[in-house]
Amino acid sequence: MNEEMILKALHKVKDPEIDSISIVDLGMVETIKEEENRLIIELLPTFMGCPALDIISENVKKQIISLHLYHHIDIQFIHTPPWTSNRITERGREQLKSFGIAPPPAQLSESGDWEVSCPYCGSQYTAIENLFGPTACRSILYCKSCKNPFEAMKPISTLM
Amino acid sequence: MKKIDFPPEESMYRTALVELLYQLADDDFILAYRGSEWLGLAPHIEEDVAFSSINQDMMGHAAMFYQLLEDLGEGDVDDLSHSRKTNERKNGVLLERVNGPGHYLGKHEFDWAYTVVRHYFYTQFKKVRMDSLKTSSYQPLADVAVKVRMEIYYHLLHWKTWFLQLMQSNSDSRGRMEKAVQRVWDDVDSLLCYGPNGDDIVKAGLIEAEDKLLQRWKHFLTPVFEAVHLSIPEKLKPAAASGREGVHTKDLEEALAVLSEVYYMDTTASW
Repeated sequence: MNEEMILKALHKVKDPEIDSISIVDLGMVETIKEEENRLIIELLPTFMGCPALDIISENVKKQIISLHLYHHIDIQFIHTPPWTSNRITERGREQLKSFGIAPPPAQLSESGDWEVSCPYCGSQYTAIENLFGPTACRSILYCKSCKNPFEAMKPISTLM
Repeated sequence: MKKIDFPPEESMYRTALVELLYQLADDDFILAYRGSEWLGLAPHIEEDVAFSSINQDMMGHAAMFYQLLEDLGEGDVDDLSHSRKTNERKNGVLLERVNGPGHYLGKHEFDWAYTVVRHYFYTQFKKVRMDSLKTSSYQPLADVAVKVRMEIYYHLLHWKTWFLQLMQSNSDSRGRMEKAVQRVWDDVDSLLCYGPNGDDIVKAGLIEAEDKLLQRWKHFLTPVFEAVHLSIPEKLKPAAASGREGVHTKDLEEALAVLSEVYYMDTTASW
């Protein structure tokens, strides 16, 4: 199995709603395996009701087909382990910022408060406007320093 | 997903499992629908964004539970959600009640206090349920519960905030909330019970006993109720209709007719 080529192809599959970040950097790719000439890719959905899942699955298929390595490709969404926001890679966190979305707080504080820096100016002087945002995985915030509204990925953890 | 077959000697286990899955799926499905009827009508725009997101999550959870049923050979997800008749539905009656008189497309008097109370009670119960399901004897269900549990963290925060704020606002708001709480207490038993197969469900190790969950649920509600000087009734009124046995109100019938309208235009369409 040419894992390097497959991973490279998967890096080309972006989140349909945040096109700066790939599903690999989002931490959605759990396993890539080969069984009897069949390539099996197991993905973790970020949120269960995410309407982008079918599109992601189609796009993965297209990228793998273009490699001309496999005739049979099986893409499955699994729930173990559950996706958590700390699966987003360092590079992924930077890519989110370039799209104007603050990465999720790396750690949840004891009180449950978040410390989110503004993706534009880096200020920590921000406020949550709405825990819920335009997609299931995002919240709406406001930067009191540079006066820009922005979005942040919700922290999701098994400790919740 | 893979199709899962049980050997004949485990048919009792399968029956109990299927029963519980229908309850879980139908509960989330119908309340997500009731929630979505508020689209564009919520008290303010931020709430509209939040509530839509919550409804989408809940519909996603219902879809997962229906998926587990499909994996057990119960039929296709879309079919299970759209074309089962009223008397085949297993949701608690509390969750099917209309948001208020009227229709969301026309004149209506939807009750926000009732919505807040119902969603708060339900979400807190759902949390207790998922906590218990994490150790379910059926591993695929336990896996889904772990995922659902993380997502409803935000739902619970949301509804608890509304509940506390409206309870502590002016006397108009307080009065409406108290009325809503009374209405929800009257129906809540329909949600907390596991129906006629309840004993088998518990014996199969699928979830803990009803009274254990009830105690835990009350335990979480207590500090919130104390904060707003309301008491929790010792004994719950037995539900008027047992949704778990497929006995429902005409509210559900009407809801099913509306929500399956598009589906029936072309049941073979690919979405």
